[in-house]
Amino acid sequence: MQQFLQQTINGLSIGGVYALIALGYTMVYGIIKLINFAHGDIFMFGAYVGMVAVMNFNMPIYLAFIIAMAVTALFGVIIERVAYKPLRKSTRTAALITAIGVSFLIQNGVLMIMGANIYAFPQVIPNQFFTIFGLRLNMLQLVIFATSIALMIILQFIVSKTKLGRAMRSVAVDKDAAALMGVNVDNVITITFAIGSALAAAAGIMVGLYYIKVFPFMGFTPGLKAFVAAVFGGIGIIPGAMIGGFAIGLIETYVAGYGSTLYKDAVVFVILILILLVKPSGLLGKNVKEKV
Amino acid sequence: MSYLSIEHLTKNFGGLSAVSNVSISVNEGELVGLIGPNGAGKTTLFNVLTGVYKPTQGKVILNKDGKSIELSKLPPYKITHQGVARTFQNIRLFKDLTVLDNVKIAMNQQAKYGLFGALTRLGKFYASEADIEVRAHEFLKKVNLDDLAYDLAKNLPYGKQRQLEIARAMATGAKLLFLDEPAAGMNPQETHALTEFIAKIRKEMDLTIVLIEHDMSLVMNICERIFVLDYGKLIASGSAEEVKNNRKVIEAYLGEEE
Amino acid sequence: MKNLFSKKNLIWLGLLIVFFFLFQFLIDVRIITPYYRTVLYGIGIFIILGVSLNIIIGITGQLSLGHAGFMSIGAYSAAIVMQNMPDMTGLLLGMVVGAVVSILVSFVVAIPTLRLKGDYLAIATLGVGEIIRIVILNLEITNGASGISNIKNLISWPLLFVFVVGAVVLSANFKNSAIGRACISIKEDEIASEAMGIHTTKYKVIAFIFGAVLASVAGSLYATTYYVVKPETFGIATSINILIIVVFGGMGSLTGSAISAIFIGIVNMLLQSYAEVRLITYALVLIVVMIFRPQGLLGSKEFGLDKVLGFRPPSFKKSRKENSK
Repeated sequence: MQQFLQQTINGLSIGGVYALIALGYTMVYGIIKLINFAHGDIFMFGAYVGMVAVMNFNMPIYLAFIIAMAVTALFGVIIERVAYKPLRKSTRTAALITAIGVSFLIQNGVLMIMGANIYAFPQVIPNQFFTIFGLRLNMLQLVIFATSIALMIILQFIVSKTKLGRAMRSVAVDKDAAALMGVNVDNVITITFAIGSALAAAAGIMVGLYYIKVFPFMGFTPGLKAFVAAVFGGIGIIPGAMIGGFAIGLIETYVAGYGSTLYKDAVVFVILILILLVKPSGLLGKNVKEKV
Repeated sequence: MSYLSIEHLTKNFGGLSAVSNVSISVNEGELVGLIGPNGAGKTTLFNVLTGVYKPTQGKVILNKDGKSIELSKLPPYKITHQGVARTFQNIRLFKDLTVLDNVKIAMNQQAKYGLFGALTRLGKFYASEADIEVRAHEFLKKVNLDDLAYDLAKNLPYGKQRQLEIARAMATGAKLLFLDEPAAGMNPQETHALTEFIAKIRKEMDLTIVLIEHDMSLVMNICERIFVLDYGKLIASGSAEEVKNNRKVIEAYLGEEE
Repeated sequence: MKNLFSKKNLIWLGLLIVFFFLFQFLIDVRIITPYYRTVLYGIGIFIILGVSLNIIIGITGQLSLGHAGFMSIGAYSAAIVMQNMPDMTGLLLGMVVGAVVSILVSFVVAIPTLRLKGDYLAIATLGVGEIIRIVILNLEITNGASGISNIKNLISWPLLFVFVVGAVVLSANFKNSAIGRACISIKEDEIASEAMGIHTTKYKVIAFIFGAVLASVAGSLYATTYYVVKPETFGIATSINILIIVVFGGMGSLTGSAISAIFIGIVNMLLQSYAEVRLITYALVLIVVMIFRPQGLLGSKEFGLDKVLGFRPPSFKKSRKENSK
């Protein structure tokens, strides 16, 4: 039982990170129906920025968080304007292929600039353990979990209680109608990318702190898993991404803990294929058929 | 026993009943019209008849050659193999392919070779391809589109595109055609030409035709019987005269020009 | 009247024979050095990969991002069989084994995933490619992360030539047949295609399996060309490289893929010392092509002998005149 609770805590911790990344996928998909293949690499970019902020500029971690989120948000916006906006009227295949190109570009760009070596993210949050009710909790895990929840609450507030959030929701439902109602669709799309990228950056720093390793291809696996999480909860649906993130985090941790660490990554892909076959619209999604 | 028997057909989407307990029978060789205000469920009915949707309740039965085939259990491509074909409300031609290729694809079942023959070119491949080519051209000649055979479908004028869609459906060898608003977007001359075209192919190729239309000149002119849908229900049926004077039909269309 | 020994086919045959002996000569007199020879083999292998992926993506419209997975099946099959039979029989047997395994795997994968559309299909196939790679990484017979080395090098210009020409011809025959037409109609409009009596799932699966088998054969050739096979060679990056070849050459154009593979192969060779710049350039090319010329080099047209020989379909001239009114 204790083992189970322990694993659950681990799962929730990483789940929060997946949720943050998944939110970026889901918000972008909800608004322009694009799977942003490059989102995992934006996450990686955020990790590097945070690392550089702490290592080279000696910033305290909370400031590094903010700076990384801001810089990465800008980065996401630039990508959207340069690479995705021209393709808004193209086929989804074309947009997807472009996203793949962007992903490839970011990975190799960072590779070229920062080199292939694996950096160690400065461990600025003490890795203290303390015991509650016989469970070993990690200070770092707690901070990560708390930060994820805090960011999700802020996001949920923005989306449901602010004018911007209303605009975002309206564009997601019907872009043209929203435009006719006076919503500046371009700006809304840009802000969505910015928010998604900022959340990914936060996740990047957290993964850096937790798993220590920072390298150009670190975005691939978490990115894909977060994508599975987004699909699991219902792509385009924000609460779905949060639920999905935690679900995938838990499943992955249980498989690694009780099954085999070797196949834990494969399991996530199998889940993806199962979801797509059984209920592609995800947990919270609705089935929408093509009009004939 | 009628040729096409639609029995108590119902199609629900969530809480909405798009088609509600519709029963229609069509006899072989008839030219029948399906009309009703927008949103009455006509295209949905076509979609159920051609297998795009499965009925929530009821059946669609085709009686031909002495056999009864339950179409409502078949996927769209198998329904086509039974000799049933359709056109679409928003033209669905293979736009980047030539007129000839559009027709050849409808004739795909007539290829007398499989993957092995295609890859190795042995056996009946060349003979079969030549046969399909000749027949596709003959087909196009019959519908007066042969001189445009090598044009891309997307480059055809609108009226010819609609004609091509009908010709393509016919090329599948279908004996029962469902035409979904074939005159949509046409001016009176084009509509007149289309009306003559439909009458001609029906006679020459011995077809049974069910068409959805909003253009009353086409419907009243050419349809032997007319069925009227409103809010998914069949509210009237009969000859053009009967339907035109039916009170329920007038009410359903109240305010609409005829 | 088209037939096996038409004028066009005979001219192609003649050109191929000339081409073959020309290159054989250049190799024999060392104008093509062993280094360039290996580059040539690499280009040939990627022509096969490009053409096979094009059948799936360009002709049938199914965006498959796990193609390297099937390449790895062929590569490892050849490598494993050749551990015990390091000769041509071993290579060919390995190819056959790889092909059979690929057929099974692609069939199992295809039936469920080909029901998905667009983006979902792409991600599912990506997942499949990854699953194949992870399985290979963890099996004993494939020697895990270290891979298999010391594979006997049996590649030669004649062998490569036969397979490349074979793959391209088979793919062209696929495309120019009722089966190819059915696949193209699926890409154009799947709903209309099915309404015209095409069993869309069947054809999607056929195209998928066909592409997978060719990729597997290319993988076997890869194994015997480069001596070593490792799991990481056959990951997403390779699938994306093949995708770039297809997109650049034109989705739907087999000759486009061939030209693209040759071009990219040569550029690769020239930029060999600038590995990261090269990759960044390809990424940029992909993005720029999709924004400014999504149909790639040749679109879906083929570079063929038709224009050269002045072949015009009979009604062509007449309809041209009418349309210019």
